[in-house]
Amino acid sequence: MDPRLNIIAHRLENVDRLIAVSGGKGGIGKSSVASTLALCLSKKNYRVGLLDLDFYGPSCHLILGIKGVYPEEERGILPPQVYGIKFMSIVYYAKENPLTVRGIDISNSIIELLAITRWEELDFLIIDMPPGIGDTTLDVIRLLKGVEFLVITTPSKVVLETVKKTLEMLKEAHVPILGVIENMKLNNSSWTRQEIETFDVKYLGEIGFDRSFEDFVGDRNKLLKSSFVEDINKLIPNLD
Amino acid sequence: MHEWALAEGVIDTTVKVSREKKLKEISRVVITLGELQQIDEEIFKFALREIIKPTSIFKKTEFKFEKEKAVLRCKVCTTEWEFGDMLCGLDDVEVESIHFIPEMSHIYMKCPGCGSRDFEIVKGRGVWIASIEGME
Repeated sequence: MDPRLNIIAHRLENVDRLIAVSGGKGGIGKSSVASTLALCLSKKNYRVGLLDLDFYGPSCHLILGIKGVYPEEERGILPPQVYGIKFMSIVYYAKENPLTVRGIDISNSIIELLAITRWEELDFLIIDMPPGIGDTTLDVIRLLKGVEFLVITTPSKVVLETVKKTLEMLKEAHVPILGVIENMKLNNSSWTRQEIETFDVKYLGEIGFDRSFEDFVGDRNKLLKSSFVEDINKLIPNLD
Repeated sequence: MHEWALAEGVIDTTVKVSREKKLKEISRVVITLGELQQIDEEIFKFALREIIKPTSIFKKTEFKFEKEKAVLRCKVCTTEWEFGDMLCGLDDVEVESIHFIPEMSHIYMKCPGCGSRDFEIVKGRGVWIASIEGME
């Protein structure tokens, strides 16, 4: 018997909402949205945690400019609090090295992190998911009861086709879908909105393509002044 | 004390099993400690003793520990080796990372046969409950 599985629910019993930021493809802004959403919620005085589960390409720490912190060991692991966010990531242990692991190792690492991390009381735990609907998505659905999915797409037809597969999979598994955010919006086209709505999923809104986004990466203060943050703040009321 | 979190898992799981099997007393719990995670047995025992204090079903429980060597097998060339053979080549930070998340061994170790990081943990990964015995 695996003693870790049973303790996960206890570790999260004082977390009000678990939101997994997901999407089919890489490079569509999942980590940017997850990190910025956590930052914006924290600025609104919510108690927020951010868990980066993208083990092959962890990047929340890069986006928020988090460095030089390490979890405290106290009857488990206490995530360091940075900018008001309790932040947990594999980078504490993997450093900047590539992690070359297969599915079973991904599952075991997720279970270990969830079993030992003491989040204590949180209003939101934002989870940055890797691309796709493989091991991590299946484990999050299996292990995190009550998790809600926030799905990111872009105006790209190719991305939307993959996002549809994610939505289909989540619906079949009866997992709550908060809705879809259209990131990197370039024009006024309502095509993505129409496609999402025919799928019977809420279109939560859009984030404009921010050409200067790279200038904000790693600089929380600049990020907070960006149009990206402005758009995220507009979307937050739609998460209820 | 990261061991504490895993000890809580052992106790929670045992309580759950006792409810499912309607056990009024737990007589013995056999716990396997896989070498790769390098759990400190004394700290683990201390954590178990502290956690069970308020729980009556554990009054006469014996916690038995069995250590298991960690064996790894390369997916590319099928070489098998033991973690213990490589331990002395790891620094403190690497050892600690593997202690927290044993899968970090894929970062800090390579197959001694071909140098690949594509290996599997055959046995001896971490903490496992081998058996729970009790009386109805």
